[in-house]
Amino acid sequence: MGAGHAHALYVHEHTPLHRMAPEAKLVAAFGFVVAVAVTPREAVWAFALYAAVLVALLRLGRFRARFVVARMLAVLPFVLFAFLIPFVAGGDKVDVLGVAVSRDGLWSMWNILAKATLGITTSILLAGTTDVPDLLRGMSRLRVPATLTAIAGFMVRYLAVIADELRRMRVAMTARGYDPRWLWQARPIATSAGALFIRSYERGERVHQAMLARGFTGAMPDVDQRRAGRPEWAAALALVVAAAAVAAAAWGLA
Amino acid sequence: MHAPDGFLNAGTAVATGVISAGTVGATLRHARNHLQDRQIPLAGVAAAFIFAAQMFNFPVAAGTTGHLLGGALAAVLLGPGLGAIVVTVVVGVQALVFADGGLTALGYNTLNMAIVPAFGGYAVFRLFRRVMPRSAAGVAGATGLAAGLSVVLSAASFSLQWLFGATADVPFDTVFGAMVGVHSLIGVGEGVISALAVGAVLAARPDLVYGARDLDAAALAGRARVSTRTFAIGGVLAALLLAVVVSQFAAGNPDGLERVAQDQGFAEQGRDHALDSGIFADYATDGVGNETLSLAVAGAAGTVITLAVGAGLVLALRDRRAPV
Amino acid sequence: MTAPALAVAGLEFAYPDGHQALTGVDLHVHAGERVALLGPNGAGKTTLALHFNGILEAHAGEVHVAGVAVVPDHYAEVRRRVGLVFQDADDQLFMPTVREDVAFGPANLGLAGAELTARTDEALAAVDATELAGRAPHHLSGGERRRAALATVLAMRPDLLVLDEPTAGLDPAGRREVIGLLQSLPITQLVITHDLPLALELCPRAVIMDGGRVAADGSTAELLGDDALLRRHRLELPYGFDPAVLRPPT
Repeated sequence: MGAGHAHALYVHEHTPLHRMAPEAKLVAAFGFVVAVAVTPREAVWAFALYAAVLVALLRLGRFRARFVVARMLAVLPFVLFAFLIPFVAGGDKVDVLGVAVSRDGLWSMWNILAKATLGITTSILLAGTTDVPDLLRGMSRLRVPATLTAIAGFMVRYLAVIADELRRMRVAMTARGYDPRWLWQARPIATSAGALFIRSYERGERVHQAMLARGFTGAMPDVDQRRAGRPEWAAALALVVAAAAVAAAAWGLA
Repeated sequence: MHAPDGFLNAGTAVATGVISAGTVGATLRHARNHLQDRQIPLAGVAAAFIFAAQMFNFPVAAGTTGHLLGGALAAVLLGPGLGAIVVTVVVGVQALVFADGGLTALGYNTLNMAIVPAFGGYAVFRLFRRVMPRSAAGVAGATGLAAGLSVVLSAASFSLQWLFGATADVPFDTVFGAMVGVHSLIGVGEGVISALAVGAVLAARPDLVYGARDLDAAALAGRARVSTRTFAIGGVLAALLLAVVVSQFAAGNPDGLERVAQDQGFAEQGRDHALDSGIFADYATDGVGNETLSLAVAGAAGTVITLAVGAGLVLALRDRRAPV
Repeated sequence: MTAPALAVAGLEFAYPDGHQALTGVDLHVHAGERVALLGPNGAGKTTLALHFNGILEAHAGEVHVAGVAVVPDHYAEVRRRVGLVFQDADDQLFMPTVREDVAFGPANLGLAGAELTARTDEALAAVDATELAGRAPHHLSGGERRRAALATVLAMRPDLLVLDEPTAGLDPAGRREVIGLLQSLPITQLVITHDLPLALELCPRAVIMDGGRVAADGSTAELLGDDALLRRHRLELPYGFDPAVLRPPT
């Protein structure tokens, strides 16, 4: 049940990863996590290789370790779940520090931990080196329906504006001594959610008027013309092919 | 419920990905004929609203807080089709921009957080509209019940995916009981807040509530105030009943998957069952404890979810008017 | 004789909820003029502005922009000619970056490639916002936001600029920047505002709207000097302000 974060992950830097065309990065990230996801859990060496690649890329993108670790906490609820599996799962028991736990459960725990950690690190790499406009452009070049990318663009644009309105409403309530502790005291919060929806809707209408006023005819123009070049595609595909090869080898050895 | 990569097996990720992409694609294709260009910015700002609503902490009990999921709320306000599209965008942006939820988990995350609550929730909403009075209070009440049940549907849907795609030897009936039990309580908060929010919109701008388009001004004006306390207590009682009956144990303090995990730490140890963690595991038996009971529960839950989502889809696609 | 930059005749409009916002507006603005549009909240000023490029459709009466009737067939043409700067810059700046936002209008006009880049750069330079190009609107200050919003409209090379409360919510320095900018632009301007000193400084002519129609039309200095007129329309000069002191620009 992770609540949404209001701040995007983008880290402003100038590195080859930041400069890479977004469509190539998207393909690389998706290909990589798919390879990770299908790797058999017993192939510990394969996960070590994946992690080494990600660490190298994090260094290339000039990420600070603290930043990455802080954002990785988003998977914490699932990590807690994973930690309990060995106690719940069935099968052979092994002794760990004098406690009998399920051998299979330990592997399951490792499987979820490893894949979730590698997955979120990949997501952090992608989101941290690609700003939102680029991400959306990359998606539309990968044939994600324009309706979805356009809605996503407006959403990201107005997220901070609406979160700000929400924050001001909460401050106004708190300033008048509102400190609810039980669900049946939630009416003011809920009605403010309704008010926020109306404000959001009306803003949407005004935005549309502003678009019409500048000649909008129903299709968002693609303003940025840059496309991924051959070297960028080569780099992206190299990563995916390498990861796929590791996954295949892991299956071969399993 | 933003599951990370590797939480369910690859086959389930692919299968739910295909279902999600197909459903969203069909909805978009249908919407293209009806979505006026003004609805693109509207949908975007509405998506920002849903995202913000998920940061909306509301009190639950003794100072603990929960937050909205918003799927059913979006469907009642914007219509099932546009609502599902909007929440899908929210889930997608959370994964890509905020690294919240795994990239390979997008299929099941979209299904559980956008498609099931929006379409399923809307179908439940329409069902309750039939028995509720034709008034603003009736619409708000139906919204509350639909929003609450949409959370339970989501939990059941996740449990069913665990049945097919478990990555650990935790039996389906255990996961199902815990997920549905806990989410029945979470659903109470979701229902109360959604009902009151829709009530507030109805009081100020009834024309913005898709689910109340059939009501005229006179029907909307004759509204009786529903006591929040009555609604909340009634909801809690109903949820407790549901939790006890369905899951054999009632959790007292809702916080989703973590709570499920904690409960499992103390219950039902040692089931003898081998788990094959292959890519396409043996669907019928994976993660099943008590097989007869599990399959009966799974079958029933699957039928209910499919019916609800199907009905929501039909309602969305049948609608010849613009989605807002 | 050339057609007026803006000609409004007998314009009436009611919102779907039945509220009659415009009850017969007549207004002429000639090329090269700068006119202030004054009036209390709810007078219909913004509603009127939304008719200049067909965002709202009149129920009665007509609007011509440089001789072109504002009817659906001419919307594309009219929307190029009339630049509408909205009150809330957050409504106007809807793209992820300032550059994309400025490019949005000309791209809709069919510009692309180097031509589009040149047009975008020109508009950004005109409001001294070249360095804001890559920024996200949410990270701009109030004054920067206002200038960026102005650039998005200037990129269309409009003949008539309609500004809705261009100085609302700005600090004095930001307000001064906007005034300087508007003075430097050689475009016909209609400025909707509650900022009466701004009207006096910027616009030789003022129009007061109230109750959905034009209530007064004349020299800004004269209208602002008429205490009874101002009070009748819920307008008031700042405390200690004497309109006779400041001669309006000629």
